[in-house]
Amino acid sequence: MGERMFIEGNVAIGCGAGTADCKAFFGYPITPQNEVTEWFAREFPRMGRVFVQSQSELGSINMLYGAAATGLRAMTSSSSPGWSLMQETVSDLANAELPCVIVNVQRGGPGGGPIRHAQQDYFQCTRGGGHGDYRNIVLVPASSQECCDLTQLAFYLADKYRNPVIVMSDAIIGRLRETVEVEKKEFGPLPDKDWGVSGKGQHGDGKRRVVDHSGDLFGRYASYHDLLYSLNEKIKRMQSDELRYEEYKTEDAELILVAYGYSARVAKEAVNLSRNEGIRAGLLRLITAWPFPYEVIKQKASLGSDFLAVEDSLGQMVEDVKIAVEGKSNVGLVSILDRHLPTDGGMILPDRVLARIKEMHRV
Amino acid sequence: MNRERVAGKPRLMVPQTAGFVYCPGCHEPLVARAIAEALEDLGMGDNAVGVFDIGCSSFLLGIMDIDSVIGPHGRPPDIATAVKRIYPSNIVFTVQGDGGLLSIGADPLMGVLARAEKITIVMINNAVYGTTGGQMAPTSLAGQETSTTPGGRDASKHGFPVHAAEMIATFKSTAYSVRCAVNNPYNYEQTRECLRTAFTKQMDGVGFSFVEVLSACPSNWHMSPAASLRWIEESLMPEFPLGEFKNVDKME
Repeated sequence: MGERMFIEGNVAIGCGAGTADCKAFFGYPITPQNEVTEWFAREFPRMGRVFVQSQSELGSINMLYGAAATGLRAMTSSSSPGWSLMQETVSDLANAELPCVIVNVQRGGPGGGPIRHAQQDYFQCTRGGGHGDYRNIVLVPASSQECCDLTQLAFYLADKYRNPVIVMSDAIIGRLRETVEVEKKEFGPLPDKDWGVSGKGQHGDGKRRVVDHSGDLFGRYASYHDLLYSLNEKIKRMQSDELRYEEYKTEDAELILVAYGYSARVAKEAVNLSRNEGIRAGLLRLITAWPFPYEVIKQKASLGSDFLAVEDSLGQMVEDVKIAVEGKSNVGLVSILDRHLPTDGGMILPDRVLARIKEMHRV
Repeated sequence: MNRERVAGKPRLMVPQTAGFVYCPGCHEPLVARAIAEALEDLGMGDNAVGVFDIGCSSFLLGIMDIDSVIGPHGRPPDIATAVKRIYPSNIVFTVQGDGGLLSIGADPLMGVLARAEKITIVMINNAVYGTTGGQMAPTSLAGQETSTTPGGRDASKHGFPVHAAEMIATFKSTAYSVRCAVNNPYNYEQTRECLRTAFTKQMDGVGFSFVEVLSACPSNWHMSPAASLRWIEESLMPEFPLGEFKNVDKME
């Protein structure tokens, strides 16, 4: 039994990282993730771990590169514009096969946008974001408890695959205060990390360690082709073994909502409201935005379900739903344009989702 | 007979069996050798981590036999910051070009200066971008012809050469800032000693240390190695005087 705390999602991310034996954190101020950075600034020095307030998000992500190069568990956190700034190095982290965790508490865009909630970074998180071919596992918490648990899982998956793992939250999940049980999760054995730099006299074999981001130039792979082949094999393993999602009342559903993060909680309420009115709706909630449950959706489409994507953007995840159904089902969208207010305080609320469910039900 | 090794290749240099990557007359391998000797002088080769920048500095990965990291262009000060914070008793240093540190790397340089990171930055000043073919660098001289200043660097359009060692010496967080050269044996030995001093500053936890080294780039200067040595003395040194600009044992 872990410690029970009443905390925000952003703080729960810190608790999860601390529990997962994260040894170094680097962060730069940006709303709405400041509670994450402030948690590490407060807690890490007294735990004897490394906290650095960087000079920019470019600083954060490259310090993360350096920390990950030692093989120790390390993390950074930011919000959408800062996440954009980091992209070059995320690509380098993937090439150098450095395990690390990056948190993106999404806010509105494009550009400066509002500093309040939105879910507009789906493409950028799931498609790489930086240059070149790579993929990162993207975990999408929908509660404070998941912020804690999925952050722990993120460190495990990063070490398992030697790959960056993204925790994509949003301003509502980040600032929502809920009861969280902070408990250390065990996920199984992991490979040794004898590749990390620390000074060549510190290694058992007395040989130097090199961390590089080119793959073939200094002997990690025999050729560029070998590097790409190996990365592709890793991408396929992550796709087949790390898919996570949750189904709610989907067994008999004629219409299945697909959502993640805060809008998944709204969608769940809309499913309950529609069930009260006799409409057989269900919810498929993403826990990993990448890998995406293409096969699951494809199978349900072949059994005759229609789909409704609920996401606080102009429509990004909905494209993955469309890819999955292969034209066999209707795919609707409740988007950021369906918010209850035109200001940046507007939210997607259950009654709007219910209205769209009813429209699709009539079709 | 009791034989003591008094000269020879430093043990921290990787024997070069295949083709040597640096151009004839390039000074960067000399800087690498001076670093290797300074680390050996201090007995710290087993506890050193070198962070090398994109560009010609990246080839140091293949010639220095120490734990090494290479990452995105301009970011070695950030990478070194993290490694040093995690292993504070190690010597952690970067080797970067003038463009890599003063242009694209100016943000992380300001970061380490503002936070007083106990790392050493070694900057190769050859007044051009090397690997990419001799474009204008922040250190290019007035009137210097480069591939992006075909009529010569014009102050009204392109500004003035940046004096890194003098600028860095003005920061309270700097323990040591020096400019040296490896154009002759005397200057080479001075550089080796400066590197020892710089590394000692971080071992003693004093503060940030900086070593700028004037360096020949015959390929991009379109000169012979011998003419490059003359150009260092006649053109580079008047603009970038050698010397120690700061050396303190306590930050204040």
